[in-house]
Amino acid sequence: MARTLAPRGPTGLAASDRVPRRSQAGARWRSAAAYLALAAGGVVVVFPFAWMLATALKTPQQIFELKFWPSAPTLDNIRQVLLATQFPRWFANSLGVAAATTASVAFFDSLVGYTLAKLRFPGRDVIFIVILSTLMIPTEMLVIPWYIMSARLGWIDTYWGILFPGIMSAFGVFLMRQFMAGVPDELLEAARIDGLSEFGLFARIALPLVRPALAALCIFTFLGNWNAFLWPLIVIQTPEMRTLPVGIALFSGEAGSSWHLIMAASTLAVLPVLAVFALLQRQIIEGVVLTGLRS
Amino acid sequence: MAVSGPAARTRRGLSLRARRTLSAYTFLAVPLGFFLAIRIAPAAGALVISLHRWNIVGTDQPFVGLANFREVLSDRQFWQAAANTLRYAAAGIPAQLALGFAAALLLRRAVRFRGFFRTVYFVPFVTPVVAAAWVWQWMYSPNFGPLAMIAGRLGLPAPLRTPALALYAITALVVWEYLGFQVVIFLAGLEAIPQVYYEAAAVDGARGWDLFRHITVPLLNATLVFSVVYATIVYLQLFTQVLNMTFGDPGGPLGNTATIVLYVYTLGFQRFHMGQAAAATVVLFAALLGVALLQLTVLTRRVEY
Repeated sequence: MARTLAPRGPTGLAASDRVPRRSQAGARWRSAAAYLALAAGGVVVVFPFAWMLATALKTPQQIFELKFWPSAPTLDNIRQVLLATQFPRWFANSLGVAAATTASVAFFDSLVGYTLAKLRFPGRDVIFIVILSTLMIPTEMLVIPWYIMSARLGWIDTYWGILFPGIMSAFGVFLMRQFMAGVPDELLEAARIDGLSEFGLFARIALPLVRPALAALCIFTFLGNWNAFLWPLIVIQTPEMRTLPVGIALFSGEAGSSWHLIMAASTLAVLPVLAVFALLQRQIIEGVVLTGLRS
Repeated sequence: MAVSGPAARTRRGLSLRARRTLSAYTFLAVPLGFFLAIRIAPAAGALVISLHRWNIVGTDQPFVGLANFREVLSDRQFWQAAANTLRYAAAGIPAQLALGFAAALLLRRAVRFRGFFRTVYFVPFVTPVVAAAWVWQWMYSPNFGPLAMIAGRLGLPAPLRTPALALYAITALVVWEYLGFQVVIFLAGLEAIPQVYYEAAAVDGARGWDLFRHITVPLLNATLVFSVVYATIVYLQLFTQVLNMTFGDPGGPLGNTATIVLYVYTLGFQRFHMGQAAAATVVLFAALLGVALLQLTVLTRRVEY
């Protein structure tokens, strides 16, 4: 791959501006080629969304015509999915489960991260290693015991059953511990002398200082739970309890070749996420960098 | 939770150290309980289940020793799923890294619309996977799907219906999904390389390819290691994309797209052979552990130079 790039000239990138100048025309040509390649890639990346939307707006007959965009777009499919299925309920289920999980992870992971980074007590390192080691256990290994446990405790097909495996995350603990370590000890000591409780030190002093990391953790936890599929598919049994991914999958599976309805359902699932992403894209992408580089 | 306020006063006799230990363990009590009960105990449980004949309907679960492991390891479908999983990784990870790296290098040149392109490439990463998988399945639909049409022009049969191509058709979805993530990670890695290095090397007469080979690539090693590790974990646990793209017949009629996790799911939750399914997850766990250790030794050594 690098080889194909090499002939284009300095792959030392922005540095090329400062390297002894080559011909201006050559630089301009290369930059135009870069934009062209990026635009082509962008079209490929975006195409599935356009195809999804185009199908969602077609009548069942139009689907099998070769025209990309329908001449008279219809919202009938969207309406039908909203009325004939429990889509709104699935949406609310996903929202509730993801929000509750995110709140829980944000609270517990930052509290544990703070405790492990800033308090000195016997057993601290052992506890950290134990929590960290659970990162090595793949979810797939846990779903069978979780299922048997849930069956015994009556958690099958309940909201608690869907969300209990995710209320804390070892990765989040690790991340928050890294960032909590950067909170100055002098600051905490000063607040302690001022009479703040140990919990107050965490909540009022440390937590506000790691807000960017906390925001990133929240975004990832929410996204992860919004998309969670394997465990919800196993633990959910009735249509009312489905989360959005499970609802979409089972609805689409039953819809046969009614692609206009399947794409309408997909559109309904994708659009809200794209809207949120459009609003928060900077934070989300910076969050990826922040968490990615720390781990 | 806020125990230290009133508790500290009533226990004025305790030393500062003891009080701090007490609050630490108060904060950790619930999380420790969680990690023990919902992570560590079930992991041990999976081991126990794997040693028993455990069918969800029956009431007695006799101990069968290693019989489940023997059955799984002599099951042709298990080995097929394992081989497929490796095939997904072998095709997807290099593609994802190469395309992500190329896009990141191009983005470094594109000063004006860098943010815009970065956002566009990133959109699939935040798109609900299940919905995306159905969209891609529809794109591969014979006769009407644009990707099937392109394949037809190239003289290929409908990719998702052809055993030899189906796995790569699904890999394309996964690469599409993670490309933007790779781009963002590579861009951050490239930006972290100090400009001085390039300037110094340029003074010494280094040019394009040399700069790339001797500065960009070595200094990007940590980013590469992270990307490979992250992608390996993603690919070894592939499930949602495969199930949703082959929903009518998960894994394809000949099992050509089945993965280990799909194998576990079908065995445990559709045929209810929990004991065997647990045995398969133990094998997966061992494999993941092996990969992690291998990467630790092989990849950290590389970072040195």
